[in-house]
Amino acid sequence: MKRYLLKKLLIYILTFFFAATINWAIPRFMPGNPIHFLISRFATLPESAKVLQSYFTQAFGLDRPLIEQYINFWKAFSKGDLGISIYLYPQPVLKVILRSLPYTILLLLPAIIVSFIIGNKFGAFVARKKRLDNIALPIFYTLTAAPYFWFGILLAWLFGVVLKIFPIAGAYSFAMTPSFSWRFVSNYLYHWILPFSSLVLVMLGGWAIGMRNMIIYELEANYSRYMEALGASSKLIRRYAYRNAILPQVTGLAIQLGTAVAGTLTTEIVFSYPGIGYILMQGILNQDYFLIQGCFLFIILGVLIANFIVDILYLIIDPRIRKSYTGEV
Amino acid sequence: MRKWLVVVVALIAVALFAEVFERNKTVYIGGSLWAPPSNWNPFTPWNAVAGTIGLVYETLFLYDPLQGRFEPWLAESGEWINSNTFRVILRKNLTWQDGKPLTIDDVIFTFELGKKFSGINYSPIWNWLDRIEKVDGTTIDFIFSDPRYQEWGQQLISIAIVPKHVWEGKSETDILQGANEKPLGSGCYYVESWADDRNVFRKNVNWWGTKVLGLNPAPERVVVLRVLSNNVAVGMLMKGELDWSNFFLPGIPVLQKSYGIHTWYKEPPYMLPANTTGIFLNVRKYPLSIVEFRRAMAYAIDPNKIVDRAFEKMVTSSNPVGIMPIAGWMKYYPNEVAEKYGFKYDPEKAKAILDELGFKDVNKDGLREDPQGKAFKLTIECPYGWTDWMVSIQSIAEDLRKVGINVEPAYPDASKYNDDLYGGKFDIILNNYVTGVSSTIWSYFNAVFYPDAVESEYSYSGNFGKYHNPEVETLLDELNRTQSTDEAKMKKLIAQISEILLKDLPFIPLWYNGAWFQASGDVWSNWPDVNNPYAWPIGWGGHWQLGGVKVLFNIKAK
Repeated sequence: MKRYLLKKLLIYILTFFFAATINWAIPRFMPGNPIHFLISRFATLPESAKVLQSYFTQAFGLDRPLIEQYINFWKAFSKGDLGISIYLYPQPVLKVILRSLPYTILLLLPAIIVSFIIGNKFGAFVARKKRLDNIALPIFYTLTAAPYFWFGILLAWLFGVVLKIFPIAGAYSFAMTPSFSWRFVSNYLYHWILPFSSLVLVMLGGWAIGMRNMIIYELEANYSRYMEALGASSKLIRRYAYRNAILPQVTGLAIQLGTAVAGTLTTEIVFSYPGIGYILMQGILNQDYFLIQGCFLFIILGVLIANFIVDILYLIIDPRIRKSYTGEV
Repeated sequence: MRKWLVVVVALIAVALFAEVFERNKTVYIGGSLWAPPSNWNPFTPWNAVAGTIGLVYETLFLYDPLQGRFEPWLAESGEWINSNTFRVILRKNLTWQDGKPLTIDDVIFTFELGKKFSGINYSPIWNWLDRIEKVDGTTIDFIFSDPRYQEWGQQLISIAIVPKHVWEGKSETDILQGANEKPLGSGCYYVESWADDRNVFRKNVNWWGTKVLGLNPAPERVVVLRVLSNNVAVGMLMKGELDWSNFFLPGIPVLQKSYGIHTWYKEPPYMLPANTTGIFLNVRKYPLSIVEFRRAMAYAIDPNKIVDRAFEKMVTSSNPVGIMPIAGWMKYYPNEVAEKYGFKYDPEKAKAILDELGFKDVNKDGLREDPQGKAFKLTIECPYGWTDWMVSIQSIAEDLRKVGINVEPAYPDASKYNDDLYGGKFDIILNNYVTGVSSTIWSYFNAVFYPDAVESEYSYSGNFGKYHNPEVETLLDELNRTQSTDEAKMKKLIAQISEILLKDLPFIPLWYNGAWFQASGDVWSNWPDVNNPYAWPIGWGGHWQLGGVKVLFNIKAK
């Protein structure tokens, strides 16, 4: 048990180190220069542009040798400093992320969990109802395969512009300042429903299809047939099948949860919903080294932590792992 | 029971806290905020929320591109009292938003900051500005060692005057690396609040302009929204949730007819021009280095096709010199020169020039080889994802291939594009970064010919194709050093520079990108248009001083 966790922990630390290094290096080896971007946004007089270029190259330490920049990165990181964003100059990257992350998390986390629960239950359910399966499967496939962008615009258009039931932009009314009040919270939820439902609908299909296929596979497996031959009730067989089928789904969930940090880019664009996805994309487009680094660090950490939790979870739900490490046979 | 009562009372109290902006006292603007608000610093204006300069901080002068004239703003007047002294008389009774008086010392302090700290973007004026002298309580003289009249005009509408009592004692790092989250300026609005997708400006009821100029901004609040896509912007405009939009939106005729969306012109091009878009040619690269070859290219490209295809007629094709059709610039248009050396779409002429140069299709693949019989290939670039531009360069490449010049479009990532542009690492590149509307036509010609581009590794200010000509350098300097009042000399110089442009064509102007403006009449009326041209209706950063702010004094709530 302890050995298992220690081994996992070591692997995670090494993974983090390498991932962070690659993440540091990639934007710097891309062609282009972030300071160019900064200047491209500021049509100015010739001499001013030169002043800007030299001042900001120095201010961001981009005139230093790469190795020095790399050491500085770890030095700053150890102090919890992720640097200053170039795209959102002069906000610290950490502040930028912490500011927009809540919107993403509050939208995506419930959407992933709700779609996971409903999708798995429903997938398991349709797996043994031939007729329902015939109807549901094509719908699921359509939902998963539909380009989200198109699907989202369709929803926004139908419920926002045509039926005028839901707002089409923003996380809360543009006529409000956030406050802890019912009026504000209800307004927030009102703006949240449409992007949330669109995400659930799209993700639902994937979970359901996966679960359906797994259940069918498990029900065909030898142990199921053996149980059947022994005369076990079909309810019991299904329970065992479900326990086996859920394992890969949980891994999938961990990855989904881990990447939640960056997961809502299209939702943000379609519903003009503030969040981290768009900021990360802009960071990449603007070659904002520090912002890219910071966002990816959060993603790396997210994935690693989610996987670590799943590793622990597996100990509980998968007896094989528990046994292999505790030596029980 | 009693406990419940307390909870209910508490909830009601909390519920009352939520403030909702009154719709008919709030104007919603979109199209100028593309990142979460993160900066309100007048010293880093490229990152500041649009309106930081213009609404919160003010400049000595505004410039009205529609009339082509400077308008005194914080200054009561300004004039050249002799060839190297510019005298500014400041208005009386100016105040900062904290109630303290705005005095001549604040103005001097602002300009001298640029002398003290070399990282400030306007610090290079001190290379040609000698000193500032205080004449009396409201008058100062700027005494120049080398007066650059045209550039100076541009500085007068760009430099935001800041309060000495707030910025005094700050270090260069503090000034340039601060977000200035609670900006304190002299303008008619202050920053009330902001979130990831909006910035809320609130009316400054004690604004000096109400007393001194009799101007009263109509909206209580100006909410600048970050709208992430065109379809959302269109939807919001149609629902009346967005009042003033500066997006490039497709389908304007439909929006205008069916939804009553207001635009500058009722018919094509619907929009005012914002800048000259055209192609820079790398004059160091063969065969682009051949003047006549570039000339053939100019004849081969049909800008009207781009206007129709990529822009649905929302822009107009450019005159051969590329001078934007705004009042202050068109008065200098060199008719004779344009007639004599100008070009227009004429593929036959292009072919004739190429034939004469010896560029012939030897191997009969439909594309010409150079006079030595060698095949060549050129690329034309624009950033990936700029869909209107992508269509445009396809059209250009198609036109050039039609006359036998082998050109292929390339769509690098925007970062690579910028690197190529500034570093001169391209064959042909579509651009309009520095050719925009300004207070001086000199800025356009500088964008085309910027002499320092030739030696520097990166040029940020134009002449991206690194065209070199000492004659044009002299003329450009002379233009910069000519007072706008000397119209005859301005005209003569512009004719000379235009002649060089048309003869040598390092830049081929193609069309005027639009000053995108659409407004909804649901809540606010009296938006400016061609029949009521009281202001330049753009709220992008750097445009509030071009008259954007005047829109707020004139719109009316229904």
